[in-house]
Amino acid sequence: MQVTSQQFKQAASRKLADHKLQTALMNARGRLVAARARSIQELDNFEEIRQAAADIRDHCLAYLDVYLEEWERNARAAGTIVHWAESHEEMNRLVLEIARRNQVRKVIKSKSMLGEESGLNEYLEEGGLEVRETDLGEYIIQQAGENPSHIIAPAVHKSKDEIADLFAEKHKRPRLTEIEALTHEAREILRPHFLDADMGITGANFLVAETGSTMIVTNEGNGRMTTTMPRVHVAVAGIEKCLPTLEDFSLLMRLLARSATGQSISNYLSFTTGPKRPADKDGPDEFHVIIVDIGRSRVLGSALREALRCIRCGACMNHCPVYQNIGGHAYGWVYPGPIGSVLTPAYVGIDKALDLPNAATLCNQCGVACPVKIPLPDLMRKLRERQVELRLRPGGERLGLKVWAWLATRPRLYALATRIAARLGRLAGGRERLIHWLPPGASQWTLGRDMPAPRGRTFRDIYAARRRA
Amino acid sequence: MATRDNILKRIRAANGRSAEASFQEEQIAGRRLRSHDRGPLPRLDWEPAARFRERCLAMLSTVDEVERLADVPEAVARYLRGLDLPTSGVCWPELAGLDWVSAGLAFEGRPSRGDDMVGITGAFCGIAETGTLMLLSGEDWHATTSLLPETHVAVLPAARILRSMEDGWDLLRREHSRLPRQVNFVSGPSRTADIEMTLVMGAHGPFRVHVVLVNS
Ligand code: SF4
Repeated sequence: MQVTSQQFKQAASRKLADHKLQTALMNARGRLVAARARSIQELDNFEEIRQAAADIRDHCLAYLDVYLEEWERNARAAGTIVHWAESHEEMNRLVLEIARRNQVRKVIKSKSMLGEESGLNEYLEEGGLEVRETDLGEYIIQQAGENPSHIIAPAVHKSKDEIADLFAEKHKRPRLTEIEALTHEAREILRPHFLDADMGITGANFLVAETGSTMIVTNEGNGRMTTTMPRVHVAVAGIEKCLPTLEDFSLLMRLLARSATGQSISNYLSFTTGPKRPADKDGPDEFHVIIVDIGRSRVLGSALREALRCIRCGACMNHCPVYQNIGGHAYGWVYPGPIGSVLTPAYVGIDKALDLPNAATLCNQCGVACPVKIPLPDLMRKLRERQVELRLRPGGERLGLKVWAWLATRPRLYALATRIAARLGRLAGGRERLIHWLPPGASQWTLGRDMPAPRGRTFRDIYAARRRA
Repeated sequence: MATRDNILKRIRAANGRSAEASFQEEQIAGRRLRSHDRGPLPRLDWEPAARFRERCLAMLSTVDEVERLADVPEAVARYLRGLDLPTSGVCWPELAGLDWVSAGLAFEGRPSRGDDMVGITGAFCGIAETGTLMLLSGEDWHATTSLLPETHVAVLPAARILRSMEDGWDLLRREHSRLPRQVNFVSGPSRTADIEMTLVMGAHGPFRVHVVLVNS
């Protein structure tokens, strides 16, 4: 997927003015937050489990190579064909080669964020394959030619009416108005594709080293279809998805659905270990897993390492005041919200997403909600520091900070300057005591609000006066 | 294999380790893989059968109860007629020998082809904590039977209701030497909320899940 994170500011402004989007966001806002808050109450020791989840993920990362090798050994023993890929192109090419070798024409796909990263659908379509997304949200945005705006609810930005228009046009059927009817029409349209597709592609929520399994979590059942109906199944998974044991999965699962949608458990948890067994009557003849390291091992060795704990629940974006107001598209790549503000610069390059780590108030709603305790605000702060170190900040900002630093290390001069500024500020505030516009450099701040004017005395003056009294 | 080795090498370097995994690392990981240690569990001090029933209902499954396996066809007939559903379909071969005909039903012991309206399966076990069915795939445990039909009926001995998913894994390890091709945990009917966050049943899988518990 193309990275457009450098246009974050413009995109965010557009999104704020987009009525349809604002209505959709308003509808979603708070719902998932409330559902999560309710469901974590079911666990009397939620915080204890959350700490254990963070520890498990840290442990996995610390011994990742050993667990991946163990996973591979067990997967191979079950008949899985294991591949490794180091770039999006390599991963896409491997999938297409598998398809070609098996004379595949039609592909059904269950949601994969890695597939979004690599633009897998477009690549396969260019290669002459028919590719159909099957998660309802992904299906909707594929039909609309858009990108997902949320990792759990990819079409959350679209209204029922837009979807009704879209389906009427694409399905060439009478326009429906009820959400239930729209959902069931998609079911009817997709069912024959499940039955006659040659290949299924899925991501993987986790790899389990102990058994060599890949596992996916869905509510719709499309994941089960995709892993069972076609004669070839290909799963793509990032290296960081590997867990040691089934017990580790069970612990994480107590948090995953609750953090994502507020469910105690998702409807379908499917563990796949190899292709169809000799006596089985269903399942694919071939099962391939492509293990992918695109940027992951680099992040592992960096200050952003903790971001690899992520289990993709979406809670950080649901809780983020910035995401809640602009939606996911403005972030400009696959992962929106706080985790996107860390992963996008980490995976595609710090210079390609300069605004993202800065588009946060560091309020830590995300850090508190994250089931694996990723300190997202700290990671954003580290990225900000890195931007400064690499001299990636705009010249004006760098100069401004330099001037300020020079001033701040000269106490007398600093006192004088702030005294002057406080007086000027009072004058600028006038009788209303409000400043309506700030000079260039800070002018954006007053674009949508007023700044309370200083009262004419600096903090140091007041403090000194108090000491004297 | 160059790609694979490069990736593993990079991981080791990122973790500040030497080129080859040390004996100690292998020991730590090996112990973890074998021990199957459970993390902290939430309180599980309810009565499993009652909890299972309650959580099934919360996940929008329905639950019935019979004394003996032979009573299952009558119970299924009652359920299907009550909702005005079709009375024929597919079942797992292990259930094909039940007297469906006397109950006015017709169930064939074969995999589902996609046009069957009702699918009847057994289940490896039930998990009380979440109201979940644990299903294994296998020669006679067709994965499609619980997936393609609009109605899924699962027959589960009440004695096989366990407390947690962890208990399910332990039972699986005791009874089977390795994982089947697929293990599916099913908690209620298929659903989606992808349009305006409105919950709709029957996204791609069954619209209904009905559990028949067999007491003896
Ligand atoms: S960073 Fe945490 S909260 Fe955000 S998606 Fe990942 S696991 Fe969920």
